[in-house]
Amino acid sequence: MTDDRCEYALRLGDNALILSHRLSEWCGHAPALEEDIALTNVALDLLGQAQLWLELAGAREGRSADDLAYRRDAGAFRNALLVERPNGDYGHTLMRQYLFDAWHIEALSALSRSRDAGFAEIAAKAEKEAAYHVERSAELVVALGDGTHESHARMQAALDALWPYAGELFLGDALDARLAAEGVVPAATSLRAAWDASTGAVFAQATLTPPASAFAHKGGRAGRHSEALGPLLAQMQFLQRAYPDATW
Amino acid sequence: MYAQLVKTSRAKAPEEMSEQERAFQARIDRGEKIEPKEWMPEEYRRTLIRQIGQHAHSEIVGQLPEGNWITRAPTLQRKAILLAKVQDEAGHGLYLYCAAETLGISRDELIAMLHSGKMKYSSIFNYPTLTWADIGAVGWLVDGAAIMNQVPLQRCSYGPYARAMVRICKEESFHQRQGYDLISKMARGTPEQKAMAQDALNRFWYPSLMMFGPSDKESVHSAQSMAWRIKINTNDELRQKFVDQTVPQAHYLGLTVPDDKLAWNEDKRAYDFSEPDWEEFYAVVRGDGPCNRDRLGARVKAWEDGAWFRDGLAAHAAKTRGAKMAAE
Ligand SMILES: [Fe+2]
Ligand SMILES: [Fe+2]
Repeated sequence: MTDDRCEYALRLGDNALILSHRLSEWCGHAPALEEDIALTNVALDLLGQAQLWLELAGAREGRSADDLAYRRDAGAFRNALLVERPNGDYGHTLMRQYLFDAWHIEALSALSRSRDAGFAEIAAKAEKEAAYHVERSAELVVALGDGTHESHARMQAALDALWPYAGELFLGDALDARLAAEGVVPAATSLRAAWDASTGAVFAQATLTPPASAFAHKGGRAGRHSEALGPLLAQMQFLQRAYPDATW
Repeated sequence: MYAQLVKTSRAKAPEEMSEQERAFQARIDRGEKIEPKEWMPEEYRRTLIRQIGQHAHSEIVGQLPEGNWITRAPTLQRKAILLAKVQDEAGHGLYLYCAAETLGISRDELIAMLHSGKMKYSSIFNYPTLTWADIGAVGWLVDGAAIMNQVPLQRCSYGPYARAMVRICKEESFHQRQGYDLISKMARGTPEQKAMAQDALNRFWYPSLMMFGPSDKESVHSAQSMAWRIKINTNDELRQKFVDQTVPQAHYLGLTVPDDKLAWNEDKRAYDFSEPDWEEFYAVVRGDGPCNRDRLGARVKAWEDGAWFRDGLAAHAAKTRGAKMAAE
């Protein structure tokens, strides 16, 4: 594994890890039992994916997935800002999930054809899970957008609030360009058209209107995060930090 | 246990029964299962609704104390195990609400009774989880006590309840093993971890014993439930069994059970042990446990905050049905 590939695996692993963590905050508090169970399934899938990507990312330096998850400070995390957004109401959580899932499925399907066998293998497994995730989150976005006045208003508010965090997923950088040239990863920008098409169709069906602005917050991949990440890590890493000599 | 205080009257004597009731009792005595569509005494139905309902509520409220540590689980693997466990408990709640629905009551009605305080859930979930070792103690002791009670209920007379128990017991024994594994890691860990493990046992021991309900000496009438085979063993029998099983496990971990009177009694080939503080038990059941208000408050909040979501889905489903019918 080259440095570039480790860094890219870290991005994928951190996305999955942080989003899984956010979803796990709902466990026991979701609006219906069936939802509690289904959302936890997604959290578990993403947690499993995080473990695989982080193992890959840390292997060269001999760091375990746990080392990476529990012993890095916020500035070393490489997730997109979208996934660290706080849960908000359940509509926010579902909208965040849908925006991510619609990107994730495109990214994983391209990665499953990577020239790097390690990437391809993990992506192929994760793609199957992500296909189910996006089917579920799209269905819920449509149903709630097209449900009652209140559910429509909440979903529109969620879309308005989260839209500026979606664009970062498609921003290319030098690392991305180098790996794309090697045939290891898809160029970030190359995923945009498919995402625009699928989300456009879903929002139309949901009677929701994406904001016109193309403005995108960015910085996650460079370790410049929002205020939301610190408290999340403080909680997640508490035991490992407080008892560094313990094994669990 | 998960249904600690389901009172029924004394068992009816055969000469007090109607012809139909005698035939019903005879079926139960022959070990037949009663199925939803079949005739049953009204009191049998009502008692089962209370019992299965309390059990279902316990699974759902029981998500909360363990859920408290999901976001602080110390490794990715422990987090996955805990998430999956708490998810299993939601699944248990779901099976049990379905079993209760076969008796002619809806899940929404049952949930409304939980939220209004009309129906109870197990006292154990009103105790706080203060350290990571508590997650081990809950799996080991609480799921352990649950299994003790639920394994016999796999043979109970009501078909849907018995079948739900078969599925649930498999998962509970898995939970118990995982909990024991977690706490053994703590008990064999650093001095701080050991102290957490001992402290967890100290705090959860007596509340776990309370899970089996008041002593048989107390005047909780369970004779009718036993005659109907919806209760198989007495509270004290199960409590004794639990102590006998658990004490050697604690010794093996190098932990001390917080009971000076605990001693092996060669004559009865079982342990002598101290009773829990029943005044504390009744206080917790009344609503004055350490976490009652928080637990119920969290459930009510989740339900109320989720109303728009459930309404939205229902409205969309109705529109879709309407459109389909118009197209046909
Ligand atoms: Fe359970
Ligand atoms: Fe359990």
